[in-house]
Amino acid sequence: MAQSRRDFLGMVFGAFAGAGGLAALYAMKRTWDPLPSVMAAGFTTVDLSPMKDGELRTVTWRGKPIFILKKPPQENCNHIPDENKKRLVNVGGSEYLVMIGLCTHLGCIPTWEPEKKIFHCACHGGEYDACGVQTFGPPPRPMDIPPFKIEGTKLVLGEEGPEYKKMVGKA
Amino acid sequence: MAHFTKANSVHEWLDQRLAIDKLWKVLAAEYWIPKNINFLWAMGVVLMTMFTILVISGIFLLMYYKPDTKLAFDSVNYTIMQEVWFGWLWRHMHAVAASVVFLVIYIHMFTGIYYASYKRGREMIWISGMLLFVTFSAEAFSGYMLPWGQMSYWAAQVITNLFGGIPFIGDDLVVWIRGNFYVSDPTLTRFFMLHVLLMPLIIMAIIGLHFYSLRIPHVNNQDGEEIDFDAEAEKYKAGMKKEAKVIPFWPVFLSKDFFVLGVFMIFYFYLVFYHYDFAMDPINFDPANPMKTPPHIYPEWYFLWSYEVLRGFFFNVGPLSAMDMGLIAFGIANVIFFFLPWFDKNDEVAPAVRRSGGFAVWFWLLVVDMIILTIWGKLPPTGFNAYIGYVAAVGFLALWAALPAVTAGKKGLLWFVILTTLALYIAGYMEYTKSLGNGFVIVTLFVIFYLLFFLNPVMVKNRGGAR
Repeated sequence: MAQSRRDFLGMVFGAFAGAGGLAALYAMKRTWDPLPSVMAAGFTTVDLSPMKDGELRTVTWRGKPIFILKKPPQENCNHIPDENKKRLVNVGGSEYLVMIGLCTHLGCIPTWEPEKKIFHCACHGGEYDACGVQTFGPPPRPMDIPPFKIEGTKLVLGEEGPEYKKMVGKA
Repeated sequence: MAHFTKANSVHEWLDQRLAIDKLWKVLAAEYWIPKNINFLWAMGVVLMTMFTILVISGIFLLMYYKPDTKLAFDSVNYTIMQEVWFGWLWRHMHAVAASVVFLVIYIHMFTGIYYASYKRGREMIWISGMLLFVTFSAEAFSGYMLPWGQMSYWAAQVITNLFGGIPFIGDDLVVWIRGNFYVSDPTLTRFFMLHVLLMPLIIMAIIGLHFYSLRIPHVNNQDGEEIDFDAEAEKYKAGMKKEAKVIPFWPVFLSKDFFVLGVFMIFYFYLVFYHYDFAMDPINFDPANPMKTPPHIYPEWYFLWSYEVLRGFFFNVGPLSAMDMGLIAFGIANVIFFFLPWFDKNDEVAPAVRRSGGFAVWFWLLVVDMIILTIWGKLPPTGFNAYIGYVAAVGFLALWAALPAVTAGKKGLLWFVILTTLALYIAGYMEYTKSLGNGFVIVTLFVIFYLLFFLNPVMVKNRGGAR
């Protein structure tokens, strides 16, 4: 009888200490989570209305460069015709290319060469057409599309809008 | 309350209260070490000295270092290097010690493998030692981030990105570890904490465990001879110092250790004063810039072998991408040494050349393969380098798959491992020339290879302690 009473007390203490331990672990996990200010800064809003045709803008989103190209020159944008159409998004009647400006080979930042209408990566010589599809060198795939949402003429990076879901085939 | 009499000296006073004489005997004066050893047995004390130097130089650096992405680079490269008296000395001592400590760890580790000091009761010495290797690696990685130069930044970016390869939770885990969507201020401050507090505390605790783990099985010797330490200690204490097979840790063992340590310290300070640049990558003298990747990223020399295992797989295998194949091999490479006592299916404790089944050949192949991985780990993974990296990475895994067969003397199984490996080399070459493709052949070969890798250590029976 005394033994089972001792066992019971042991189990109660174990449960008590275990609950405290779990609570402490949860607090520690949350302390390492990104702060609210960091999460808020995870969204970048860009007004696209002042952009001119063929203009490239680079904005920063979550520490990454984002290329926004208004009306990519079609003559160098049809290496995979059907694919390329899917990579463009219509905002306020104009087509835009929105992509993460990192080479898919090893993450260098390619430069836009307007006279050749290509993106050229200086690190290992990779080249992409005006729609960000790889045409030469080591890049394994086109430049990635970041999650975005359209609000009027504004582009919100970091949120998955219906246009984005359609583009990547999630909806 | 115990009975205390009046003490006649400070020593006696302390001894009454803390039993310092007894403590000293247990820790040093009557801690017995075999006589039949060589200079390689001094590496433990060399490592302890290097760790002490790292702690002391680290304390002085800590007084001026600022863990803030806006201030970190200048606090190191301007304040410590140019303003603080002897700041350059602490930094160079810290950086060089961090690098050579790995050289000595590798020597210490391979000494243990060569003389079979990881089995027959010495498993916990080996495991606690491997835990120290892993914690020292974490300490080195977190420390490398602190100067916040380009290499600090991009190494942090690449290494934290590796966690993205974990299924399902990968992407969230990367953000959680960084405290942001990319490597930034919260990443720096938390790795700073790990580097100066948590990791050193854990390392000190494991060093204690590592020393304690030596107490019961005792230190091994050059011939793997089983020594009756109690009987030999009695001989030594009875004055038969010549006949006894053991010596006390203090003063006899340490006197010789200090000589080896002295030679090593000449080498160390030569590096600190004249060749500190080998531990200082020039790219890291550019401040961190998230918007500009250095053209070629590589880790410090001591991580190159496992980095090359990661990069060694350049083609997809069935549903697994080249990156997944690399991550699997990299994950295995980082933990495989822990399991050495169970991959070795032979109880003989003897130097490699005297162990049966060609263990010495296995040992030197492992050393050569890891040197090849280290050299190719620094080269850009382009052209034929990619194939050499593949051969060395598969070779590393193949050596481990073969070890149970080698040590158990199973010739047929050993040939099966060798032939599978050669088939993988040929298939890999055909992938390199793009004549094979991601099909049935390559998938089957890798399935057989990994089955051998995982089943051999489990299925092959230990053949006992024939000596």
